[in-house]
Amino acid sequence: MSDSRPVPLLTLRGIGKSFLGVRVLDGVDLDVAPGEVHAVVGENGAGKSTLMKIVSGGYAPDGGTVEFAGATRTFRGPRDAQRAGIGIIHQEFNLLPERTVAENVYLGHEPVRRGLVDRREMLDRTTRLLASIGETTLPADARVGQLGVAQQQVVEIAKALALDARLLIMDEPTAALADHEVELLYGLVRRLQERGIGLLYVSHRLAEVFDLSGRITVLKDGRRVTTVDTADTTADELVRHMVGRELSSYYPDRAAPEDRGPVRLNLRDAGNRKLRDVNLQLRAGEVLGIGGLQGSGRSALARAIFGVSPFTTGDVTLDDRPVRLRSPRTAMRAGIAYVTEDRKGEGIVPRQSVLDNALLASRAVFAARSGRAARTVRVRELLAAVEVRGAGDDQEIRFLSGGNQQKVVLARWLALNPRILLFDEPTRGIDVGAKSAIHDLVRRLARDGAAVLMISSDLPELLGMSDRIVVMRDGHVAGELPAGATEEEVVALAVGTVREPVQ
Amino acid sequence: MQTVQPRSLPLRLPRVRPGGVLPILVILAVLLVLVGIRQPDFLAPPSLMSFLGRSAPIILLAAGQYFVIVSGEFDLSVGSLVTAQVVVAARLIDSDPARTWPVVLLLLAFGALVGLVNGLITTRLRVPSFITTLGMFLILVGAVYLWSDGAPKGGLSEEFRRFGRRAFEDVPLLGRVPYALLVLVVLAVAAVLLMRSDFGRTLVAVGDNPRTAELSGVRVWRTRTFAFILSGLAAAVAAILLGGYSGVSFQAGAGLEFGAITAVVLGGVALGGGRGAVVGAMLGALTLELLFALMNFYGVSGALRSTVQGGIILLAVAVSATRSSSR
Repeated sequence: MSDSRPVPLLTLRGIGKSFLGVRVLDGVDLDVAPGEVHAVVGENGAGKSTLMKIVSGGYAPDGGTVEFAGATRTFRGPRDAQRAGIGIIHQEFNLLPERTVAENVYLGHEPVRRGLVDRREMLDRTTRLLASIGETTLPADARVGQLGVAQQQVVEIAKALALDARLLIMDEPTAALADHEVELLYGLVRRLQERGIGLLYVSHRLAEVFDLSGRITVLKDGRRVTTVDTADTTADELVRHMVGRELSSYYPDRAAPEDRGPVRLNLRDAGNRKLRDVNLQLRAGEVLGIGGLQGSGRSALARAIFGVSPFTTGDVTLDDRPVRLRSPRTAMRAGIAYVTEDRKGEGIVPRQSVLDNALLASRAVFAARSGRAARTVRVRELLAAVEVRGAGDDQEIRFLSGGNQQKVVLARWLALNPRILLFDEPTRGIDVGAKSAIHDLVRRLARDGAAVLMISSDLPELLGMSDRIVVMRDGHVAGELPAGATEEEVVALAVGTVREPVQ
Repeated sequence: MQTVQPRSLPLRLPRVRPGGVLPILVILAVLLVLVGIRQPDFLAPPSLMSFLGRSAPIILLAAGQYFVIVSGEFDLSVGSLVTAQVVVAARLIDSDPARTWPVVLLLLAFGALVGLVNGLITTRLRVPSFITTLGMFLILVGAVYLWSDGAPKGGLSEEFRRFGRRAFEDVPLLGRVPYALLVLVVLAVAAVLLMRSDFGRTLVAVGDNPRTAELSGVRVWRTRTFAFILSGLAAAVAAILLGGYSGVSFQAGAGLEFGAITAVVLGGVALGGGRGAVVGAMLGALTLELLFALMNFYGVSGALRSTVQGGIILLAVAVSATRSSSR
């Protein structure tokens, strides 16, 4: 870094962090000057959130030092960091909806007079605080639950400022905001800058990053790729930094054109609370990859198709017949299977045996159809076919590795002979060996005529596996890419640096 | 370089599985030994048989409670349901033997209905079962008082009472085998078979992780409601046996819900659901009854019953909680 900059407020040197032996951050350096907006960008899983949690005291780093306001600090927890002057505004707000703005701002350190909370003083101080960041329309005695999202965000910021924060971390601050509210946030950020507050700004949206920040740090796979002055870079260059890695692993062959069958699932202008006007065709025999950032509607799409939170508008046809997929059971009866993203929370019943886990869906939906004994035999064969290793049928599934758990979940669905398979991050948290086994299996299912929809944040996987890629952004389809697309193209569609192609 | 992989020997030490019945069997065995030392006669067939018959109601209630707890809920209403059933039976039968069977059927239907209501309120209206069944408990207590004007009326027929107090006489080896014991054995076998069925396995899965179950096509609300119905039915059978054994009173079912919950927890079933065997729950109830008998033999005041129960419930939950978190 050049020495013309003012003394940094925050300096991170060589920050490292591992979870359960997986390196999430490795030797990350970063500094923020007073009054500077420093943006941090990167793909899902690049380590942004972990880094922010380390700065705000949520995690202790395994290695490296955190220097704040000229002293090396080891925070013992978020409160410790707050007292030191580091505030964090999460995507999800931490506000008490039934309390007033002032009560929220001074929660836990209310001004006190004669042992009682001095309400008048609290209201006055809050009003002054809000005025100092240019917020004069927000009454200090309004109930937070009645405020809009943008105003709640202002309350969060005021809350941090009431603790004399000198560094504010904003994690995806615009994710919940409507377009016109984003402008308001911009104004707020600039006023914070004028007060000499340093800002660490985490965002997926490159447009904002360019509008607001002075410098940008790109993280990838837990390492810092580069730190650039915003004025000296372009969106394309940033995207290249975010993804640039070599495609090294092996993926099974894609479907030949003649392997692709008729359209099995057709969505026309389908939408619900999280999705709008989704048009999508899923063909027998193909693997359709779904790309996009977290929260872009990828999982919402799978959940809508599977009837967990069904489509409320538009038409869905299955093999050219209109269907209403209003619950998982109807979807399962229609031949749809769904392997969830959150394996622990939604994929397994942790304390039941491998066999019970594999039988769960058959027992629930098709109990009457097949004989018990025959079913058990078949599921045992499937468990063997997907190569669940190192476990007896009667072992509790929670003791298995992530990869083996995922194979058991797969066996559960294969037992139903599904014709449409929805995979949400099928290889997340899985070791390399199991990963390629699952890739092979997915491809084999497609080759056998199943229609496969696969959501993945892992770009090499998405590119390596998919016959076509649909990229989602903000709840709708941002664009479609053919096999052989590059990572840059996917990311560019996902973050919205290019106009979506007219369809 | 070549290394010989050491093959794991086929020898396997019996593992203490969480949720297994081994711990409760050990506790039961220890208690039996203690009883045998103090009161060897107790273990002779006549008194043992009558002890088992006497314990049948609480064992059945524990089985009923097990279905609810293993699915992740609670049923606090069974005690007052038993009282209500006994009082209702006395008033409806009014000492007329001809009414015995219709009333028995009515009691079973009533138990199932209370379970259905508990289940639907819990699953469809999303009232926590703790509150639902506590409310049901209070409603039943009040309704019974109101309906009987403050004192039990009528009387049970001898026909009705025989389930709880009569026995097969002169059975070889065992001597006198109470009807209640026969009812218990039949229903216990049915409970075990049920837990091995698709429904039983699904019930435990629902208690373990309802999200996964729902996403695998299980109708979680129906499964749980059915568990409440089973608990209500168990209460009905327990009421029939108890009414026969100890007669009609407003105290007939008092405290039984906590006895049942204690027994279930003691039997290694996790509160919150997802783990444990119905046999464990039933053995837990038997162990609890044996413990009370033992206290009796050692001259410990019967007043301490609820204190002991409270201690057991806290200890059992603490043990299972620390064991599962240390893994």
